[in-house]
Amino acid sequence: MNSSNSKSFIPPVTGKSQTITLAHGSGGKAMRDLIDNVIVKSFDNPALALLEDQARFDLKELTSLGDRLAFTTDSYVVDPLFFPGGDIGTLAVNGTINDLAVGGAVPLYLSCGFILEEGLSVETLRQITESMKKEAEKSQVSIVTGDTKVVHRGAADKLFINTSGIGIIPEGVNIAATRAEPGDMVLINGYIGDHGAAILEARGDLALKSSIESDCQPLSKMVQAMLDVCPDIHCLRDATRGGIATVLNEFAQSSNVCIKLNEKEIPLRNEVRGMCEILGLDPLYLANEGKLLAIVPREYVERVKEAMQLLPEGQYSAVIGEVVETPEKRVLLKTNFGGERIVDMMVGDQLPRIC
Amino acid sequence: MKHVDEFRDPEQAQKLLEKISVLAKQVQAGKDRPIHIMEVCGGHTHTIFRYGIKQMLPPEIELVHGPGCPVCVLPMGRVDDCVALAEHPEVILTTFGDAMRVPGSQKSLLQAKAEGADVRMVYSPTDALSIARKHPEKEVVFFALGFETTMPSTALTVLQAEDEGIKNFSLFCNHITIIPTIKAILDSPDLQLDGFLGPGHVSMIIGQHPYLFIADQYKRPLVIAGFEPLDILQSIWMILNQLKEQRHEIENQYGRVVQNEGNHNAQEAIEKVFELREFFEWRGLGSIEHSGVRVREGYARYDAERKFSIPNLKIADPKSCQCGEVLKGTLKPKDCKVFGTTCTPETPLGALMVSTEGACAAYYSYGRMDSFESKKEPTT
Repeated sequence: MNSSNSKSFIPPVTGKSQTITLAHGSGGKAMRDLIDNVIVKSFDNPALALLEDQARFDLKELTSLGDRLAFTTDSYVVDPLFFPGGDIGTLAVNGTINDLAVGGAVPLYLSCGFILEEGLSVETLRQITESMKKEAEKSQVSIVTGDTKVVHRGAADKLFINTSGIGIIPEGVNIAATRAEPGDMVLINGYIGDHGAAILEARGDLALKSSIESDCQPLSKMVQAMLDVCPDIHCLRDATRGGIATVLNEFAQSSNVCIKLNEKEIPLRNEVRGMCEILGLDPLYLANEGKLLAIVPREYVERVKEAMQLLPEGQYSAVIGEVVETPEKRVLLKTNFGGERIVDMMVGDQLPRIC
Repeated sequence: MKHVDEFRDPEQAQKLLEKISVLAKQVQAGKDRPIHIMEVCGGHTHTIFRYGIKQMLPPEIELVHGPGCPVCVLPMGRVDDCVALAEHPEVILTTFGDAMRVPGSQKSLLQAKAEGADVRMVYSPTDALSIARKHPEKEVVFFALGFETTMPSTALTVLQAEDEGIKNFSLFCNHITIIPTIKAILDSPDLQLDGFLGPGHVSMIIGQHPYLFIADQYKRPLVIAGFEPLDILQSIWMILNQLKEQRHEIENQYGRVVQNEGNHNAQEAIEKVFELREFFEWRGLGSIEHSGVRVREGYARYDAERKFSIPNLKIADPKSCQCGEVLKGTLKPKDCKVFGTTCTPETPLGALMVSTEGACAAYYSYGRMDSFESKKEPTT
């Protein structure tokens, strides 16, 4: 929260005169130019380059990787488009990769639908497609099919993205929110609330300055490393909107168990804690974009934690709680102060349009 | 974290709790009910639940959650008036975030916003004034809420607007004052309170003197308390000490912030801009004499109630709602007929379920440790 050590965050240059017009969504030449010169150029891969109406996959290749297909979709409307630690493009790729990853799937292919507001600069779109490409490469995922629509000024806010993704779940992996058992332990892969805090600050209406960056990152490699040491991970979910409190409540309710957290063990940066203190927010409900919660059998917890800590995305992994029998469907928190309280589902919205 | 962790030290808490436990046993001995201490301020209610203080205290002490959440005590009719203001096409209505969800008889500000009203969340009245500077073609109305804690910043914003000659800024004034309400609670026939935790931030403005009648006339101890968990424990210990020694005085635990005489500049600003209303309606408690303020005649041009015609309807609280009894401390949140069933934070029926500082919402979100079996599961 100290302005002297804050990194200055420079938004992208949007000075180039080229802007998106309705013609770019008309199906004509302008659209073809945009797709060729911005989108296909960024996402460059053989399936997309064919520009057929659909991507095509070899089934044998897919079935050699596992025995189930995982399929997911998510839309991204974050405001602002660029924020410390990422942009809407990094979110759109990693968000969908992570939704596949926490099912134990190895993500393979993404689709990408753009809804552009008339007047958006082409340069902004190019920056976003470039960061999508970069993030996809990190996880060895290809963006293989897509769509672009342009709407009148005011009918959308600058740019929205939808991505869908498919991945393959290896044999023997069975991760489900219903599988938490008394005795299991709860793991997280690092500091909570960074994304929510970064977005809040990037909006600029709080007159707060900090060095907080979004934690937006892909989790699939780490999940595979976790599965390598413990194929029987019981529950796994990424804690995005609604924060870790929401995911843990989902586990507790689906599995009919109680999850007991220890506040002392939950990794929280001082900057994020400070922002929460000032604004009266609870970091347990702040959004993350690169954090997962894992529930694993007690005898595996140290091995899984060590495997996570070997990777940059899991460097600060910690065991933050345990699963007990009662009170059923509840999340309890032992506070640093020595008391105990309920951590409920979030009510309302701490902050709209965070992802 | 510096200046925070010192006030949340679990070891200090344990030491204090041991002392509290010994004292509480002595004070409660021979009584047929626990010692009732009311925390007047919603901020204290929030701390008590957030840190699990309720469960840490010995059974001889029961905390009663008072009327000090300004959002909660706002009557439905005033919310309706505010929604009506927001729906004027030339108005930008600015408000603190937690007032957005307060249900009116028809809708909340949040619903009005969804239907097209220009409602914006601000963190301070000066933000509202900035919006007025940016939109000279619009009338920017600030939904002014709160006790003496927020009154000075509203008053200073009006003075600033006057200084700059800004004409498109006004207040929908719902500021209230805590003292008459404490008096009303002390006058209620079924009163069972042994002492008070006094509101720290209100006291920072008004000082200690306005509370003297509580000690002199009503013979109850009041300790002005800070908002960190150790502040609360220490203040409870101070109240118990008074009870044990059969003293009833106004003491100040929050000396690092509250001075005996309060803050003169703030008092002056309040005095300049506001005057007492004859009556103000409190949700759950009814009409209380001299418990609210309005904008003085001299600043009428900053008063939305004078600038616009406001329906000014009185809407009765829902019949099933027992907020009044909870506010007076005669009923615990969980014993209310509708608590956790038809009245939940998602669909609040009563005022106390609306804001996180409301006794029922705090109890619902953090506190139901002792009611797992006794209440129906809430649906989510």
